[in-house]
Amino acid sequence: MSLFNVFDVAGSALNAQSIRLNTTSSNLANANSASSSTNETYRARQPVFATMLSNEFDDGQGGVGVQVLGIVESQDPSRMEYKPGHPLADDKGYVYMPNVNVIEEMTNMISASRSYQTNVEVMNTAKQMLMRTISLGQ
Amino acid sequence: MATSIDNVFGLHENAMHLQSRRAQLLSQNLANSDTPGYKAKDIDFDATLKGLKNGSFQAPLKSTQAGHIQPKGYHQGAEQLYRQPMQPSLDGNTVEPQIEMAEFTENSMRYLMTLRIMSGRINKMLSAIRGE
Repeated sequence: MSLFNVFDVAGSALNAQSIRLNTTSSNLANANSASSSTNETYRARQPVFATMLSNEFDDGQGGVGVQVLGIVESQDPSRMEYKPGHPLADDKGYVYMPNVNVIEEMTNMISASRSYQTNVEVMNTAKQMLMRTISLGQ
Repeated sequence: MATSIDNVFGLHENAMHLQSRRAQLLSQNLANSDTPGYKAKDIDFDATLKGLKNGSFQAPLKSTQAGHIQPKGYHQGAEQLYRQPMQPSLDGNTVEPQIEMAEFTENSMRYLMTLRIMSGRINKMLSAIRGE
């Protein structure tokens, strides 16, 4: 019954989107974590989504969900700010701020939460369809 | 006799199978709405159901001997086609959530309709059996 696979597929999407929300919240929380060298600075983290490949043992009817291949750190340069009074400032008076783009993170957050909602909706609909199927003929 | 007990449901059995298959495919599209490079897929419901009804559905592989094996699941005739996107995104993803959601909802309504027809047939058979 392919309707049961809907739960697996939508569940994988919920998982992926919650990881995305997690990285977003981590990025936003650390958006102002200053440090005194570019190596120690927090770097924005982004999940990489990929389609799961259906394995050869299923009958080709299995749904392919989404998986998180990994989390990559952004390679953009850290922001340098001239703050000689800052306790973490280096000998030239600069502090290094994370390369988090707050606007990007906010749009990511909205996109992730909308996708999450959509998939919850899909699960609910599939549940209704299955419940009606179970009660067929009663 | 017009209806025999072993094909009470007629075409609706096939329709239900296809609808649940399609629900899965559309949920797959929605799950991958943020996956780079994912192409939205769907099945041609009408053509597949017609093929199943007429028994004219062609197996994907030509078999010239009795022992030839067809790929599993072909009997459902669910040949997957790619959707033509209205606005493809830059990362190569062709899922448009609003379209997929509309199709998914429509498909689930049709599924529920099929269920209702089937339970109507069951009730009909039951009342015939009871002779009430």
